[in-house]
Amino acid sequence: MSVLVVVECDKGEVKKSSLEVASYGAQVAQALGTTATAVAVGEASEASLASLGEQGIGKVLYDNDARLKEFVNGAYTKLIAAAAKQEQAQVIVLANSNIGTSVGSRLAVRLQASLATNVVELPRVEGGKFTVKRGAYSGKAFSDVVLVNDRKIIAVKKNSIEALHNAGQTAQVQSFSAQLADADFADAPKQVIMQEQTGGVPLPEADKVVSGGRGMKGPENWHLIEELAKALGAATACSKPVSDVDWRPHHEHVGQTGITVSPNLYIACGISGAIQHLAGVNSSKVIVVINKDPEAPFFKAADYGIVGDVFDVLPKLTQAVKDLS
Amino acid sequence: MKFLVCISNVPDTTTKITFTPDNKELNKAGVQFVINPWDEYALTRAIELKEQLGGTVTVLNVGEADTEPNIRKALAIGADDAIRVNAKPTDAFFVAQQIAAVAKDGGYDVILMGKESIDYNGFQVHGMVGELLGIPTVAPAMKLDMSGNSATLEREIEGGKEIVEVQTPFVVSCQEPMCEPRIPNMRGIMTARTKPLKVVEATGQGAATEVVEYALPPKKQGVKLIEAENAGELIRLLRNEAKVI
Repeated sequence: MSVLVVVECDKGEVKKSSLEVASYGAQVAQALGTTATAVAVGEASEASLASLGEQGIGKVLYDNDARLKEFVNGAYTKLIAAAAKQEQAQVIVLANSNIGTSVGSRLAVRLQASLATNVVELPRVEGGKFTVKRGAYSGKAFSDVVLVNDRKIIAVKKNSIEALHNAGQTAQVQSFSAQLADADFADAPKQVIMQEQTGGVPLPEADKVVSGGRGMKGPENWHLIEELAKALGAATACSKPVSDVDWRPHHEHVGQTGITVSPNLYIACGISGAIQHLAGVNSSKVIVVINKDPEAPFFKAADYGIVGDVFDVLPKLTQAVKDLS
Repeated sequence: MKFLVCISNVPDTTTKITFTPDNKELNKAGVQFVINPWDEYALTRAIELKEQLGGTVTVLNVGEADTEPNIRKALAIGADDAIRVNAKPTDAFFVAQQIAAVAKDGGYDVILMGKESIDYNGFQVHGMVGELLGIPTVAPAMKLDMSGNSATLEREIEGGKEIVEVQTPFVVSCQEPMCEPRIPNMRGIMTARTKPLKVVEATGQGAATEVVEYALPPKKQGVKLIEAENAGELIRLLRNEAKVI
């Protein structure tokens, strides 16, 4: 019996969300009196995998097959299932990312496991019951869910668990092969197109986000958003009307039908706060709203607010961030 | 080409969420239920592809009789027929089993659905259906084009997108900007009344998860307003008080 953690890597590095997942898995293992092993997917360096010891991981399994550098659902599922079998994993923890949930849902069927996605806290294990807390109703509620089957899979929401850093601890990296066949790569991508990101932070991974709405008046004013984001090390985002009129690309659209984010800091500039937009951001830890309309509904969901013109306020904020350093 | 579109019946986006006194279920009183917004992308794209390539669009819902108005709405938008699995959708695994059972007998080429429902927010059903049927799942897709038995899709990944080609049969979960969802017109509404809606009973095993309690998030303290002239003060508060920068 053990806990298996699925670690996603990109360009040699373990993703931030996977450091959180590793920490989560290590704490679950401790509570269950067992150990946490990781299986790495994507392009990983040995040094970054060994450093998972800092998050409490003892051993990392890594299949160096070049075909696994990009996400392939069929192959990743087979690889992780093989690792789970080898390690006799009772609990599998992964990120609530597109990769984590895509693979997790296939694994749940293959391994006859109970799956909970969007999980925001460590599990409660009492009286033989294994209960997790997860977000529901587009961030408007939480639910406590019992994972009924013997084997459990948990997809941990980003920024909901603090990553541990026990300096100096290293994990043992072991090569691992799942004997993958060509048929396991039926859904392999033909082409990967990466989009430009402000500050190099992909929006779903970001712990700070600066977002603009129609109040920005036009794409030519977006440098104000970008300058503040750059100063903060934040990702940029936008509301649906903005992506609908092509001021900004779709992959920056945050909201009910766009991307859901849960950063530590979400700064909304010139966004009134339609309920569809709130559904995409209301699990952010701290929400800041800047809008010249004091009646904007977003102020009701905000922690901090400035009633004022974004064109005056944004440069002042950027300057104040610069003054901090 | 035979398309199967799975739709979920969810509370309207603007619903103020409350629960029954035991906190075990949504309080449905006064709540309007709609087709899950993400499923509308799946439905509309399937209808567009049918118009382009020929074939049929079947709508599938796992739900009790009260979901039929939304099934009829899907027929009014342009689906050809519908199947309702007469059961309360208890969890993703239960629903996935029902979809897989219908799909297995129906010989569908493409199974479409939204990437998740706005109530459970699971992002699970499409992967489970793919696994139960032993066919690929592409999730979440922003674009779907078909040529013969081959499909080209754009899948969202963190920081970008991928182009994926798969052969039928496959499962796809849909999100924006796949298409512009349609609304029913009067002719659609009239013809929907006469389109077939078959009711079947549930099969398979029970649920793999059980909701024991719902809770609302803690109430916000209320907004702390900072004067626009003194905007820099906000940054100081974010560092010293909120400790997020």
